[in-house]
Amino acid sequence: MFGYYLELALRSLKRSPGLTVLMVLAIGFGVAASMTTYAVFRGVSGDPIPWKSSRLFVPRIDMWGPSDSGHVGEPPDALDYTDAMALMRDHRAKLQSAIYLIAPSVIPSGAGRSPIPVDGYAVYGEFFPMLDVPFLYGSGWSADDDAHQAAVAVIGDKLNQQVFGGGNSVGKTIDIEGKDYRVIGVLADWNPQPIFYDVLDTGGYGGGDGPGVFVPFQRAVAVNMSNSGVNLCRVEPTESGFVGLQHSNCIWIAYMAELDGAGAVQSYRQYLDDYAREQRTAGRFSWSPNNRLFDVPAYLEHEHVVPSDTKVSLLVALGLLIVCLVNTVGLLLAKFLRRSGEIGVRRALGASRRAIYAQFLTEAGMIGAGGGVLGLLLTGLGVLGVGVVLPARLAHLARIDPSLLMLTVLVAVVATLLAGIYPTFRASRVQPAWQLKTN
Amino acid sequence: MEIRPILSSLSRHKITAWLVIIEIALTCAIVCNAVFLISQRVDRMNMVSGIAEHELVEIQLANLGVRPDAKARTQEDLAALRKIPGVTQVSLANQMPFSDSETNNSIKLDPTQKLPSLSAALYWGENLAQTFGTQLVVGRNLREDDYRDLDAVNKAAAGGDPNDKALPRVLVITQAVADKLWPGKNPLGRFIYFGKTPETVVGVVAHLVRPASFSQGAEFSLLVPIRPVVGDGSSYLIRTAPQERQRVLKAALAALKALDPRRVVIEKRTWDDVRSEFFQNDRAMTGLLVGVCVALLVVTALGIVGLGSFWVAQRRRTIGVRRALGATRGNILHYFQTENFLLATIGIVIGMVLAYAINLFLMLHYELPRLPVIYFPVGAVLLWSIGQLAVLGPALRAAAVPPVVATRSV
Repeated sequence: MFGYYLELALRSLKRSPGLTVLMVLAIGFGVAASMTTYAVFRGVSGDPIPWKSSRLFVPRIDMWGPSDSGHVGEPPDALDYTDAMALMRDHRAKLQSAIYLIAPSVIPSGAGRSPIPVDGYAVYGEFFPMLDVPFLYGSGWSADDDAHQAAVAVIGDKLNQQVFGGGNSVGKTIDIEGKDYRVIGVLADWNPQPIFYDVLDTGGYGGGDGPGVFVPFQRAVAVNMSNSGVNLCRVEPTESGFVGLQHSNCIWIAYMAELDGAGAVQSYRQYLDDYAREQRTAGRFSWSPNNRLFDVPAYLEHEHVVPSDTKVSLLVALGLLIVCLVNTVGLLLAKFLRRSGEIGVRRALGASRRAIYAQFLTEAGMIGAGGGVLGLLLTGLGVLGVGVVLPARLAHLARIDPSLLMLTVLVAVVATLLAGIYPTFRASRVQPAWQLKTN
Repeated sequence: MEIRPILSSLSRHKITAWLVIIEIALTCAIVCNAVFLISQRVDRMNMVSGIAEHELVEIQLANLGVRPDAKARTQEDLAALRKIPGVTQVSLANQMPFSDSETNNSIKLDPTQKLPSLSAALYWGENLAQTFGTQLVVGRNLREDDYRDLDAVNKAAAGGDPNDKALPRVLVITQAVADKLWPGKNPLGRFIYFGKTPETVVGVVAHLVRPASFSQGAEFSLLVPIRPVVGDGSSYLIRTAPQERQRVLKAALAALKALDPRRVVIEKRTWDDVRSEFFQNDRAMTGLLVGVCVALLVVTALGIVGLGSFWVAQRRRTIGVRRALGATRGNILHYFQTENFLLATIGIVIGMVLAYAINLFLMLHYELPRLPVIYFPVGAVLLWSIGQLAVLGPALRAAAVPPVVATRSV
């Protein structure tokens, strides 16, 4: 029977090609606009580390206290040096690392080669296993290297290409800011977006190839490799330069900790509050503990990482889809009711209401499939084209993959079927006797 | 035109009529808000910077570690840049309008004041106002003897002595800052405090936009007499005639490279590029919204054409009867036009309410201002015209139905 309905639908669609094209176009455009903006939205709001995001936590300590007006607000967006070091020293999480952005110059060996400016991070050795950072060669450094401020470095693959021409460079020496470091690991392609481990400096997104170099935190501090990211001060530092920053309560250090299980999270919260109380006893804080502990998804939400533009455009595109669907309901209604005579004859010859439903929903489904195919093409064009209008750092996040393509067709067909329900209902209510009489 | 027959005929096609109304209402609501969003973006993109944008080029060099000779190098660089033919002004600026990172400071009018009066962006760099081309309203620009070196200022600020000679003592403010701090009064000679040191206002410029955080007062900017050194995010700004910019940019890069071939250039661009890059997001969003608006209006118009045609086909016989009974073509045409006008009006009324609701939602979640009232009449006229245009085709076809249809059996 289905084959017969398909044939009927095809004939009917061919009979009024203008209307058919109109419906297919409307659905195709509506679906494509929604899917393209959804692809961008999905790209920017995705979980950067889905297998672990609920176990990674960002602590916030209020070291600034209530504002001058006495208002107790959110704790500052990063840690100052004193608190970050205290948390590292206490080492209460399974894995943890203080993190700050560096932008050193790497000086390639060989005469006449210009220094290469690189972005990177000063981190602790636990950073790599904590974030499951993939290595091409070698590995991260040990706690011992951290303690001894060892001159070791993990480099990104791109820097490896630029300096050493690629290959296994573990054990080679690299000149960073005029000092020699032993390469201990080379990263595989790693640039999760949003950049959840450093939202403060990046706003969550960075184009390019990800961080180029990692050096031990204490080493970077010891050689005065200054923070190249944001620093925010409530009170101006009393000493100048990078050392002044370390002695100030300006915030500039990101921090991440891995906590397995609710018990661990609970005790870490307790630990943070105890720490703040201790600081109060010591006279550093004059207020009660005001701490936060966000897991990664909550943290990204808290920092408003997904640009509001993306959300607004998704809403607008959904609006377009709804209007297209209302339009399709109207056109299908027009199309189906025009065939009241045909329905009357079929009903008189013994077709049940169910048969009429099947016939017309098949027809609606065909229009949906047509719209879906057109939508696929347009979504493909749209996703390829976002690079033209969106900044590269966001545009490259929108990707076409099988799930997006399936979703496009699914949305088109389901939406058209939904749009077809009322017109089909009306068609199935056609009174055969009345139709036969008037004809 | 008699409306009652139209209403009674519509009441027999409630669902189809409501579909048209809903479509118009949704389109009206979305288009109103989208156009409003577009206008917000356009305002942002056309923001006045207060500087001679078409005459400036920027060169930013990487910070290659801490160098003891940075001050001397900076002077050397500036001298070399000044020598390039066609260059009128040169400065090293700590920051510039339309860049993402920003140096701000909260200022007070009295050091004992509890809350700061406002937070302003600080611009510094020798000869900066002249290079920017800011327009002096009253007072004077900063002079050479006003300037202090950045490292000395930092050291003095850390030292804590408010009377330290190394601290800057004068500054230039924008008109916006003057209006905010001392509305209606002469700002010259008044004091502003960053810490405990009073700084005298010696000049006021008409406009100077801050780098990025426009929501905190787009033109809350100050020019302070501090000399930066190359690195740490500072940029060389070179002013020249608009048609000379590309040549000067090339010559400047060559001159800087000649002084030290190993330095790394991070940015080299004209100010037009700076503006265009900074507002890239806004342009993208505008393009997207314009596209969606056009698509919405087209879809709605096509929907009206489709349903209109259906109605005409369905009522062929009735139209024939009316014509046979003496109705003119004009009557039939007007019938369909009035019908569409009625539907559009109901749609527009609902659409306006919806538009307002969407606007409230956006205000709540995305910090948008209220939709100006002018959007309602303009939106209404737009949708009425689209409705009339769309229905014209089917209505003309209806008017062309000959009276003889009434007597013909199908």
